Amino acid sequence: MKPLDVRRLGRVPYQDALALQRVLVEDRRAGRVGDVLLLLEHPHVITLGTRTDSARSNVLATPARLAELGVDLCDTGRGGDVTYHGPGQLVAYPILDLKPDRADVYNYVRNLEQVMIAASRTFGVEAGRIEGLTGAWVGGSKIGAIGVRISRWISSHGFAYNVNTDLDYFNLIVPCGITDHGVTSLARELGHTVDLAAVEDAAVDAFRQLIQSS
Amino acid sequence: MATSVLMPQMGESITEGTIVRWVKKVGDRVDRDEPLFEISTDKVDAEIPSPAAGVLTEIRAKEGETVEVNHVVAVIGDAKAAAAPVPSPAAPAPAEAKEPAAAPVPEPQAPSADDLRRQKSSPVVRRIAAEHGVDIAQIEGSGAGGRVTKQDILGFMETKPSAEAAPPAPAAPPAARLARDEVVPMTVMRRRIAEHMIASRRTSAHVHSVFEIDFSRVSKLRDAKKAEYERAGAKLTYLPFIVKAVVAGLRAVPVVNTSVDGNNVIYHKDINIGIAVALDWGLIVPVVKQADELSLLGLSRVMQDLADRARSKHLKPEEVQGGTFTITNPGVFGALLGMAIISQPQVAILGIGAIEKRVVVVDDAIAIRPMAYLTLGYDHRLIDGSVADQFMSVVKKQIETFDPAAL
Repeated sequence: MKPLDVRRLGRVPYQDALALQRVLVEDRRAGRVGDVLLLLEHPHVITLGTRTDSARSNVLATPARLAELGVDLCDTGRGGDVTYHGPGQLVAYPILDLKPDRADVYNYVRNLEQVMIAASRTFGVEAGRIEGLTGAWVGGSKIGAIGVRISRWISSHGFAYNVNTDLDYFNLIVPCGITDHGVTSLARELGHTVDLAAVEDAAVDAFRQLIQSS
Repeated sequence: MATSVLMPQMGESITEGTIVRWVKKVGDRVDRDEPLFEISTDKVDAEIPSPAAGVLTEIRAKEGETVEVNHVVAVIGDAKAAAAPVPSPAAPAPAEAKEPAAAPVPEPQAPSADDLRRQKSSPVVRRIAAEHGVDIAQIEGSGAGGRVTKQDILGFMETKPSAEAAPPAPAAPPAARLARDEVVPMTVMRRRIAEHMIASRRTSAHVHSVFEIDFSRVSKLRDAKKAEYERAGAKLTYLPFIVKAVVAGLRAVPVVNTSVDGNNVIYHKDINIGIAVALDWGLIVPVVKQADELSLLGLSRVMQDLADRARSKHLKPEEVQGGTFTITNPGVFGALLGMAIISQPQVAILGIGAIEKRVVVVDDAIAIRPMAYLTLGYDHRLIDGSVADQFMSVVKKQIETFDPAAL
């Protein structure tokens, strides 16, 4: 198994996390660091994927309303459409060199899904996939979203997994531009909040098993 | 020399990518490994570095366009050369994909006028042509340098009666549907195999030559060494012996280890042998790279590993590319003859029939020997019968007089 440096960063503003990822991607490419897994939360923020033209139209609230709610709006370099991040959501940004044995973006995305599915199972929630729709789903509702960037097979961005997320904030957007599916969280499925650190532990275990060993 | 920039393969099951953004414009200088464009597949965006240094002379796929893997999306010219667009081969030889970098493919020196016109049309035009069975070379191009534009091809199709625009082969009549039929769409793999097989039949002048080979010696060697190999963690089958013999044949008759590129023959110095692996859901051909440099034990291990990972879907994209010759083994399913279709752009394929004990005449006496029919499928454009048989004679001799020193 490759060594994995897990860094639990707590609550980090989106732009700071973006800057940190840029540095780590360069460091990983230059071989100054090994594989790194960043685990963190963001303050309320709506982020736009690289397909920004369509993404903007999937933000439903006006800039004034967003400012009133204290929600930032940020452009990103990741794939995918628009999404919301906020307190209670576990965000994972793996900075991995996928070469040579993991250089398959399809498998990589499926593995990220599996990490969220496995973490859900640890807490007794049966999550799964929906064919053609990336992410982890409970019934018809999305519990975890994925957006990945690859640069010379170095990964950045990753997944956002709703643990204790206040789901009302998703009403400000059309998540990932998918209009006919709702969102859910671990807390909503269980009827009580969950210790975020415990979910981090479960995610790290699954991550080591699925991605670091493959 | 100009370099074609190809849509990279980002995963085994990924067949196409969408260009999200061109980082460089036509006329821009670009360094090797400098970001050239960005693509998106699934929920993944990837930044693709330039495969070569030079000047971006042509962009063939616009932002937002979805392009199949290994299709040319741009051309990078020599910094000093004029910025004229350079044509590329229609079916670029699969390049080694060590990097997600778009793989560079050397450009041919003297393309024909038809090729020029065909290559200068955009992917949209080529798609329309493919869908409607139109030969682009027949269309007068009004675009720059004779390029066939979308208007040209649409106009051409309007003026031509549909019968003439139909593909050369008569289309198969629609299958009659019976009440209890089940309709199942082909998987992506099935469609690829179908396209590849039909394209190969149209491309190569297939001829087959069958040799009967005595496996007594190999059988004895295998029995003697089997336990030893098993202790070393390898399963010793007949296949590595056959690969060894094929390597000797390819060395002796190098024209069998070539590809056709227009009017040129490309002689491969590497001997990369594809081994067809049957899967429950289709067929895949992982490649044993530089097979000539491996020992019998090395071949056994590599082939076992490739076959295992083919079945568990863990092959890397580059492991199914770069083959220069293919072996297929329908004998394991009981077939006597393997009359295989060539894997393009190779020129030959060996089909192994069942190895079984047969009654044969040896020194005017009747004997029982493990025998098999080995069939070479070859492209008569390049290889004549006598040359094919010369190759097969070497293979036969190697197997029948296998040198134990090679063990």
